[in-house]
Parts: sequence; C-alpha cells; structure tokens
Amino acid sequence: MSFLKIDNLSVNYRMRRETVYAVKNINFEVKKGEILGLVGESGSGKSTLGNAIINLIDEPGKISNGSVILDGINIHAKPEDILKLRGKKIGLIFQDPQTSLNPLLTIGEQLVETIQTHLDLNLEESKTRAIDLLKEVGIKDADKRFDNYPHQFSGGMRQRVVISLALCCEPELLIADEPTTALDVSIQSQILELIKTLTKERNLAVILITHDMGVISETADRVAVMKNGNLVEIGTTKEILTNPKATYTKSLISSVPPTNKKILRFKIMEKEKNNTEGVNIKILGRWNKKEITTQDLISVKNLKKTFQDGVFTEASKNKVLAVDDVSFNIKEGESFGLVGESGSGKSTIAKMIVNLFKPSSGEIFFDNTCITKIKKNKEMMKFRKQIQMIFQDPYSSLNGRLKVRDIIAEPITLHNPLINNKDLDDYINDLLESVELSQKSAIRYPHEFSGGQRQRISIARALATQPRLLVCDEPTSALDVSIQAQILNLLKDLQEQLNLTILFISHDLPVVRQMCDRIGVLRNGKLCEVSDTEELFLKPKHEYSKELLHLMPKIESIYN
Amino acid sequence: MDSQNLSLIDRIRDSDVYFSFIKSPTAIISTVILMIIFFCSFFVELVAPFNPFDPSSLDLMEAFTPPSWEEEGMSKFLLGTDGQGRDMLSTILYGSRISLIVGFSAILFSLILGVALGLTAGYFGGKYEMIIMRITDVQLTVPSILMALLVDGIARGLISRELHDEMAIYVLIFAIGISEWPQFARVSRAATLVEKNKDYISASTIIGVSNIKIMFKHILPNILRPILVIGTIGLALAIIAESTLSFLGVGVPPTTPSLGTLIRIGNDFLFSGEWWITFFPAIFLVILAFSINLLGDWMRDTLNPKLN
Repeated sequence: MSFLKIDNLSVNYRMRRETVYAVKNINFEVKKGEILGLVGESGSGKSTLGNAIINLIDEPGKISNGSVILDGINIHAKPEDILKLRGKKIGLIFQDPQTSLNPLLTIGEQLVETIQTHLDLNLEESKTRAIDLLKEVGIKDADKRFDNYPHQFSGGMRQRVVISLALCCEPELLIADEPTTALDVSIQSQILELIKTLTKERNLAVILITHDMGVISETADRVAVMKNGNLVEIGTTKEILTNPKATYTKSLISSVPPTNKKILRFKIMEKEKNNTEGVNIKILGRWNKKEITTQDLISVKNLKKTFQDGVFTEASKNKVLAVDDVSFNIKEGESFGLVGESGSGKSTIAKMIVNLFKPSSGEIFFDNTCITKIKKNKEMMKFRKQIQMIFQDPYSSLNGRLKVRDIIAEPITLHNPLINNKDLDDYINDLLESVELSQKSAIRYPHEFSGGQRQRISIARALATQPRLLVCDEPTSALDVSIQAQILNLLKDLQEQLNLTILFISHDLPVVRQMCDRIGVLRNGKLCEVSDTEELFLKPKHEYSKELLHLMPKIESIYN
Repeated sequence: MDSQNLSLIDRIRDSDVYFSFIKSPTAIISTVILMIIFFCSFFVELVAPFNPFDPSSLDLMEAFTPPSWEEEGMSKFLLGTDGQGRDMLSTILYGSRISLIVGFSAILFSLILGVALGLTAGYFGGKYEMIIMRITDVQLTVPSILMALLVDGIARGLISRELHDEMAIYVLIFAIGISEWPQFARVSRAATLVEKNKDYISASTIIGVSNIKIMFKHILPNILRPILVIGTIGLALAIIAESTLSFLGVGVPPTTPSLGTLIRIGNDFLFSGEWWITFFPAIFLVILAFSINLLGDWMRDTLNPKLN
C-alpha cells in the first residue's frame, strides 16, 4: 500500500486566449522511506505538480480534476482540511533560502510559531523541541543560534533551518522544490546528504523536484520525468538513467554533460540529421581567420581588484578583495576555463578582461599590448572589436526595445560606418544563419524568442565584430540542459571553424570539462591551480580542486 | 505601407496594454472625456457658440445672465454669462485651451530637463550625481507653488511692464516647469540605475558604443514607462498649478483668461449670487484634472512590471 497516491491530477490555467494545462492527468505513488525525483525542464509542470499536491495553486490556476490520496484519505475533498495537513503531515522546502524565512523574526520564533500552530505544546516544550530539531539538521550551538535572525546564517545554514521548519511537526511527506539550486556545490552535497539521512531515519516519503540529473542520480530511489505537464516516464533511478525508454528521456539524458569523459559533441535527438557535420558557418567567408599559433593571445599578470563602498567612509574600511593576485595566460585558439563557486571572483576577472572594470593593480596583455593602460578611446576601440562577451542571463542581455536586426547591426555599423544597407543586411543574415536562426528573426523583437534563441542572438552580436577572444560568462547556466547542449555544440563548432579563443567561465564542472582545454580553479579571488582539463579531472593537485571534484553530483554514480 | 499600418494596429490590438484598457471602464471613460475636452479646446473656434474675445459680439445688457435652465436664463447662453456679457461656455472652452497649452508645455519642459539630468546622473554617478540629486532634494523641500511664485516674481522684476502681458504665458510655463522637474529627475535616475546594470548595457559598452548613444538609444526607451506615468499625473498637477497661479493673479492676464483666471474673476461675484461665473470653470477644472489622474492611475497599474 502506497503512502501517497496521485490519481489523475490535472491543473489548468485559464489565460486570456486559451486554457493551458500545466499538469495533465498525472498518476503516481510514493512509498514511505522513498525519495521520488521529479525531473523536467522549465515549464514542464514539476513545481506546479508539487504545489497542486498541497492545493497551493494561485489564481487563475485551478485543479480541474483528480485527487491526492494521503494515507488513504483524499486530502482535496475538503479545502479546509488541507490547512491542518500543511506543515503538519506535509512538510515543504523551497528553492531560495533567502526568501523562505521571515527576516524580521528569529529562527527560534519561526520554529516555535510553527510548532505551536500544529502541536499542543507550551512555550518551553516547543523551544526544547525546536533546539533538538536544529541539532538534528546539523546546526552547531543550536541553543545559542536559536535567537539569531536569518541574515546571520549562511545560505546553506539557512536551508538547514528551512528543513528543520519543514520537519518540526513530524511530517510524513516532504516536498522539496529545487532545494539546492541556489546553493554552491559544496553546500549542495551536504544538504542532499541531510535529506537522505532524514528520509531513512524518519521513514519519510519525499518528493524531490529538480532539473539537475546529477542530483537525481545521487539521491532519488525512483524518478518521474515530466514534459509539458505530462508524465513521460517513471521508474527506478537506475532504469531511467541507464536504460530510458521514452525518446524524450533519452534525449534529456544524452544532453547531460558527462563528468567522467570528454565528448566531441552532444547528441541532439530532435535534429539527428544535421547533427554530424555541425552548422553551416556562413560567416566563414568573411572571417579574417587567425592561424593558430603557440603565442599567448591574452596574458593576465598579478591582477587585483578591490571593491569599496560608501563615499563618506574611509577608503581603508569596507574593502573587499574580489580578485587577489591572479595570473594566467591563454593561447590563440585555446579554450580556457575558469571555475569557482559564487563569490570566487570569476565574473570580476571576465569584466576586467573586457574592460568593463579597471583592475586595482596588475596588467592584462592582449596580443602583447597592455590594454589596462590605454587611455585614449580610439586606441581602445581596436581592442573592443577583438574581445567580445556572452552573458549569463539571456533575458537582460538584449535590449527589448530594439529589433534583432538593430541589435546585431549596432556593432557592425559602429566599427564599419561606411557599410551600405545591402551589405549590412547580408552580413546580418549570414550571422543569424551561423547561429542557426532564420533570416526572419531579424525583424522580430527579443521577447518573441526563447532563452536559448536569445542566447544565440547574443552570440551573433558578439561575432559581428569578428573578435579573436570570446569571453563566455556562464553562458548556459540559465538554460535547460537540452538547450545547453545545443548552445555548447554551437560554441564548439564556432570555435573550431573560426579559430576563436574562448575564456569560458562556469561553476559547472561537467560543462567546463566538455568545453575547455585548460582550466583554472578559483577560490575567494585566488587562483588555486591551472591544469590541462584531463589532468585536473584525473589528478587534481590542489586540495580545493579535489574537494570540488569529489562533491560534484555525478550522473554516472548510478552505474556503481 | 498599408500592410505595415495594419500590422501596427494588429500589434496594438494584440498587446496587453490594449487588453487591460478595454477591461477598465474608468480608463475608457476618462479617455473619452479627455478626448472631448482636447478636441473642444483645440478646435474651439469651430465648437464654441461665441467668440468671447470679439468685442463686437459682446452686449453689456446681457451681463450676469444665469444658466439657461434658471428663470431669467437665455437659451443662447447655456451656462450663463459673466460680468461683461461673455458666454460662459465659450469662455471656459477658450480658457481650457490656455490651461492645456500651459500644462502640456510646462510638463514637457520639466520632463526634458528632469529626464536629461536624472538620466545622466544615474548613468555617470559619482560627484555629478550627488550634486544633481542634492539639488532635487533641496528643491523638493520648497513647495512647488512657492517655487513657481518665486520664479514668477523674479521674472516680473526682470521683464519690462509693456512686455509683461505678452511674456506672461512663457514665464508661467517656465515657472511651473522648473518647479516640477525634480520628480522626473528622481524617477529617471532610479530607473537608469536599474537599467545600467543590465547585461545589454555591458554588451554595448564592450562593443564600444559611446556613452551618449547608450544613454539615449538603449537606456532612454527602457525607462520611458515610469516617466510616462508620472508625466501624466504631472500634467494634472501642472494644470492645477497654472490655475492656482492665475487664481492668485500671477498667471495669465485677464485679457486671455485661463480656467484659473475665470475662477478668480467669478470669485468676486460669488457672494452677490452670480455663482455660475466661478462654479462652471471650477467644475470643468475638476473634471479635467480628475480624468487625467484616473488615466494616470490606470497607466501606473498597467505599466508597472511588478504588478503584472
């Protein structure tokens, strides 16, 4: 007998033009002591399903049919019953620990409030219980930290507090919606470990909603794959990851960058035919291709950057050393990866290389010229043209008020003001086709495109000036894994055919492994180690690199 | 050309703004009222039954005629006449034209000044920003009507008496404009601070686009929404400020009366029973300002990305 049974559940949203089914006729069961992973890409309905179980669907959405049976009782039969179950029998963990705690109450107050709402305990008893819980989720000095406010905890600690809140009334079902997505990899593994132990110790039924196949393979017992509101496939984790039956699951799994080997290209199921030869790089004819030499294209020497805030405070106070004495070099045609957790200074380095920030000290040489000392704008323009950047967030990196044509035309006309309209249109069309977008895209606005397509527009814009160095700052971390695979393939093709030099910045080790020839590992603004990719993954030298590699969720771990 | 126009109309029909507009009765009603007022004011020569500024059409015998539905009313003067025998309805329509011209020009002046300063302050930052923003802070401590009075007073001192009536309307536009710009400066600075940290600005910088071009081609179109909203509400404020100044006697001269001037003139007759001379211009002003404000509120709700 299963503990939770979802029976034919559907959720629809009545929009202005049509009714959209976010969740369509879902059936599955969860047993006690089991972690069910719910995976899918954005828009697949996985979070909506999680919310539908506890009847927490916002207007204009509503549960159109189906039932949720918890421990033999249909919990949707009476709407007021669910209020007693939320927090008591069903615990919830949300994605962002920054916003799921009230910043004006101490964590103790929040725990006691929840405990007293559901259990008949007096203040002293609830307090003891709260402290026990905090200890259980691994918070040291729990009795002292009881009176702390959420901002006094780090992200990972805060997520532990959220878990203790979810557990405080002995729930039997735990719904965790992307519980580790906002966290760094080292903290992620701790939180996942905690959820696993708690599941065993308390005999919980857990639904773990995530987009990360690595997380699934390391924690879930069974996996349900969702797409566009439908349940594509459900089975044991091993079955799904090693022998998926549905085409969608197959393509999803083949898009996940493997952690244990470097592959040439990602397999894209939907477009099998043009997969082998890669894209037709139309701009190749126009490209002033540089021969690959062994020369350094860029070399960074003793780079430092400090940030300080406040006009009125003393200069010595409030100094943050974001980049601390970093030196490395990149050869022409090479792809160099910079990895690190949040706050390691990797984006700051990128911004100094593209000259958005001036370094506090140190030098950057591009093609043997020091670009950090250039004062004249005219002089700088020569280098602006040769160094371009692709950004993380495809939604903020394009001006929504301009048509795609004008976005791509801007760099072209700026560096070649004499170009006539016909040549300009031809060039834009070639650029669009090189990034696999149709020519019709030119007359449309950015908001008409998906995240992946926007990232392609961004790449086309970056290529318009024929740069030699392309700085990619987390270019795929806002994208779904299947889109990520396409974009990474595109970048590989472009690099191969145009002899581009790439500086690839990411927190995602498997992605970096697929993309880079050499990798630098950053921690707190310091460069720990620079090694060839294979060497780093097989024989890491620095302690921190070892730790990172050990902690990264590995989809392959299921084979063992 | 034709198909392009069609697609523009289709795009408007398809937009969320249009959808929210046809769903909001207040927005529709206030727009209709404003359209009627704008139309009547700008084609006043065609619409108004009389020309109150043509001395030959005035007859002092017809002065102080009450509205037509009163016992002594005359059917040709719907809203009665004032002390010089001018038809109230026509005078109001002519007056509202002056009020609207002053209001629009003043708000355009303060919008251009405020957005230019706010945009550059937000974009360049540093000491320049601090100076601009402190000036706005200081000016915001002075009530805007006092500010306008001050400007008007200085202008009176500087401009010779003969020129004064001619220049009065420009002085008024300048006075109201200069007293409203800090609002625009603040809003556009705040919006610029948000926009300039977005990646598309970084992308343009990396390409090598000049600061001026980034500000006007990239940032300005993206901060227009909030500016449009406060511009609309500011228009109502500017019209009221114009009326207040004219009521106080420092606005437009009585030879070309605005709504405020009419209210002031009528105010003298209020206690002798000729209530219509002040009441109708006043109620007209209320309807005008109220409609603009309702439209502004609707715009604020619709164009606010946070509420969508």
